[in-house]
Parts: sequence; C-alpha cells; structure tokens
Amino acid sequence: MSTIKQFLYVNRKAPYGTVYALESLEVVLIGAAFEQDVRLLFMDDGVFQLVKGQDSSDSEIKNFSPTYNALGDYDINKIYVDKQSLEERGLSLDDLLHLTWEDEDEDWAEKDSIVLVDRSEIVALMDDAEVVLSF
Amino acid sequence: MLHIVNKSPFEKNSLESCLSCAKDGSVVLLIEDGVYGALKGSSVSDALQGAMSKVKVYALESDVKLRGIADKVMDGINLTDVNGFVDLAAEQDKTQSWL
Repeated sequence: MSTIKQFLYVNRKAPYGTVYALESLEVVLIGAAFEQDVRLLFMDDGVFQLVKGQDSSDSEIKNFSPTYNALGDYDINKIYVDKQSLEERGLSLDDLLHLTWEDEDEDWAEKDSIVLVDRSEIVALMDDAEVVLSF
Repeated sequence: MLHIVNKSPFEKNSLESCLSCAKDGSVVLLIEDGVYGALKGSSVSDALQGAMSKVKVYALESDVKLRGIADKVMDGINLTDVNGFVDLAAEQDKTQSWL
C-alpha cells in the first residue's frame, strides 16, 4: 500500500511569459495519477492562469487553459485563489474559469472547486501541507 | 522613442521605470506579460492612466487575447497587431526595451 501525502502546489507566475504554469500543471496531473492528496494555490501573477476567455487564435502559442477544466476529473477539487491578488489585478471570481467537480458521495452533485482565501488562510494551507512544490 | 515593456507590472518594476523615463510624446508598447499593465481597475492602472496625457500607449492585441483580458483593457490604450508593431518601430528614431 502506498503512502498518501498532502501536496500543496504554489502557483505564482502568469501563464505564458514563462514555462512555470504549464510545467506546474503537468506535475499536478502526475501527482494526481499517484492518488496523492493534491491542493493548488494560485496567488500573485499565478491568478492570471485561471482567467477565462484565453484565446490563442492570433498567437503561435498553445492555449492550455482548457486543461484546468479537466482537474475535477482527476479528483483535484481543492483549488485556492488568493483574494488580495485578484483585487490588485482588477479581477474577481467571475473573471475566472468555472472549475467544478462531481461529488461521488452526494450522487455526483456538481460542486465548485475554487475557494477564495485570504493571507491568513494561506498561512494555514502552507502549514498543513506535507510537501510544498513551488512554481 | 519607442518604449517596449514585456514584463508584468505586478512582478517587475519595468513599467514603473519606463513611465518615469518616458519623455512627452514618446510611445509605450505593451507586449507579452507587459499587457497585464493594460488591465483596468488594477493597482497600477492609475499610474498608466496618468502617463497617457504625455505618452501614447499601445498593447499587442494577440498577447491581450491570449491572456483572456481583451474585455478588461482600460480606455485610451490602442490595440495593435504585429504589422502595427513594425510601423511603430519604423516611425520612431530608436527603441528602449524594458526587459
């Protein structure tokens, strides 16, 4: 039997200027494949990763934001977004992708994955984590 | 002079330095993560709005669209494509990139 650890992925970079966001997403999916307890935190420019309406039709770069919609299917449903980082960027929860998961214990009811958190809640998230992976 | 900013103003001070050094009548072009500076209602939008009385501000539309912020760009910023980028570079005598 394998050990399940609580992983916290801290995402602080905007999606396209560097490769951090894409790399994080790949590592997150690997972690989920090993059935670990995965939590994602988006703060600072990392909140830009979840902005909806990303459109690569005029770019050479691939829009990888639809992949976030698949996280629920991998049982990744604890996605925390820093409220203060959103506000500093003129954004709100409505500007983000609507990420959901289906709760097996409640007849597959669709539930929201994103939870807005303040800095004191981030302190607790980091404190609770057994492994922190930084991107 | 054409000033090009390609870094997020929330992570680097490139836009702030650019605005403090841009002479009246010069042009500022936001590209790549620099386009986040064009967001309305952010903690840096007042600084850019204030600078627009002396400099003309452009943002590369493909980078704006890619990042999903096309409907959140503040008034007064001109969106341009790569051809417009080339025109700006050709019209201006020199270029400073705030890397």
